[in-house]
Amino acid sequence: MPTPAFDRVPAAPNEDPDNKPFFDAAREGKLLLGLCKDTGKHFFYPRGVSPYTLSSNVEFVESKGVGEIYSWSVQRGKEPYCLAYVTLTEGVTIMTNIVDTDLDAVKVGQKVKLVFKPTNGGAPVPMFTPA
Amino acid sequence: MTNAFIVGAYEHPTRKAETKSTAQLHAEVAFGALQDAGLTVDDIDGYMCAGDAPGMGPLSMVEYMNLRKLRYVDSTDTGGSSYVIHVGHAADMIKAGKADCILITLAGRPRAEGMQTGTAVRSAGSGVPDEPFELPFGRTIATMHAMVAQRHMYQFGTTSEQMAWVKVAASTHAQYNPHAMLPKVVTVEDVVNSPMIADPLHRLDCCVISDGGGAVIVAREEIARKLKRPLVKVKGYGEHVKHQMAGQVDLTYSASVQSGKTAFSMAGCKPSDIKYASIYDSFTISVIVQLEDLGFCEKGQGGRFVMDGNLISGVGKLPFNTDGGGLCNNHPSNRGGMTKVIEAVRQARGEAHPAVQVKDHSLTLANGKGGSLCTRHGCGTVILEAL
Repeated sequence: MPTPAFDRVPAAPNEDPDNKPFFDAAREGKLLLGLCKDTGKHFFYPRGVSPYTLSSNVEFVESKGVGEIYSWSVQRGKEPYCLAYVTLTEGVTIMTNIVDTDLDAVKVGQKVKLVFKPTNGGAPVPMFTPA
Repeated sequence: MTNAFIVGAYEHPTRKAETKSTAQLHAEVAFGALQDAGLTVDDIDGYMCAGDAPGMGPLSMVEYMNLRKLRYVDSTDTGGSSYVIHVGHAADMIKAGKADCILITLAGRPRAEGMQTGTAVRSAGSGVPDEPFELPFGRTIATMHAMVAQRHMYQFGTTSEQMAWVKVAASTHAQYNPHAMLPKVVTVEDVVNSPMIADPLHRLDCCVISDGGGAVIVAREEIARKLKRPLVKVKGYGEHVKHQMAGQVDLTYSASVQSGKTAFSMAGCKPSDIKYASIYDSFTISVIVQLEDLGFCEKGQGGRFVMDGNLISGVGKLPFNTDGGGLCNNHPSNRGGMTKVIEAVRQARGEAHPAVQVKDHSLTLANGKGGSLCTRHGCGTVILEAL
């Protein structure tokens, strides 16, 4: 018996001046990563300072939205859902959900692609589904 | 080298505190530790607590207990490991001459309050920068630690049966503890056949939710030698914080790598010298990762290390959590660091239950982990010497 992912609608993420560009882009279906312009390295979660230097010389860049599952777990219960870390091809690993799939078939190393899902009255958030 | 000794230790016997307030529990464990040490409240000139203490930092509890002679306070909060780190800070302050006799308390009542500790999505409050990138995905304490277990299984071949051995060892010890919440001895089969909570963690891979608390008193050597209790010296300690490293997530190790290295270096000893270890056991996988990180076995070998009763006192090479730990005895206020220190003190004194007391208790260790192994957490390691 497969376990279909429950279509939960998360509470709206708290938006603030620091993360506003990320959630503004999410409303347009874009997943943004931080890029430190001094070191050329991506970072996540996005923030207004570089986690490598603490300088404000950063920009937000759009991710290709593809990667593979680094780890996962299904919260069991009446409404099962899958928490995961996905490593994007840009080299950063982000927390997300694996959705629109049989949760019994989720595997470490599985290729996945980006899909935005609505929240309860807030910006949509980036989730992933098998590629 | 330090000149600090743990002179008092007390664990509250309650596991469900419906008729007591959190402040009251803090004061009761403080009194218990003072009685254990043979000290009075007027001997206390330093006080430490963490986020479980009601009010702003240490202020409300200092007033509630009417402490009047304080020269030093510290409310460092790294979750469940806070109290292990406090012991280290206390030793530092005693060495620096900032205090002579420092009280550390922990207490809480999540069980009486009906808290869903492990399986509910919980926020730490407004303005926390990481939460908008995590809370929408319904992360829970259980699923986060389960992701650590999942990766460990994938990368190192660790099995559910191996993780279950951690619980089997804890339950074998808990049968001798009259206060343990879960005193029944369980088998590997019991663990792997218990309901799946968050793949791959079963119900019996998870610690208890309990009320209560504990306290310890750290004092300078001159005071310790005047008291009538066995001498337990703080020989070394370390602390470290690990996180998601801006997206370079690595779930295979914890902050105990660094906290342990610092503590062993300061104590001038190595893992094979340790005769008993209290290891933070929020989940069975937590223990496996910390044992590897502290150097009790190679990275990735933790599953094999804990098999076949290797953590059971009188049976295995490294007796652990002889009170039953958080998995079976007590995890007061969802913070297991204090009880880890207390059982290490009991072992160092030779005052653990006779059925689980290790014969050679010259060197014991307590390791704490607070926060989430999966995202952000702080670890503290303390090494104690029985003189």
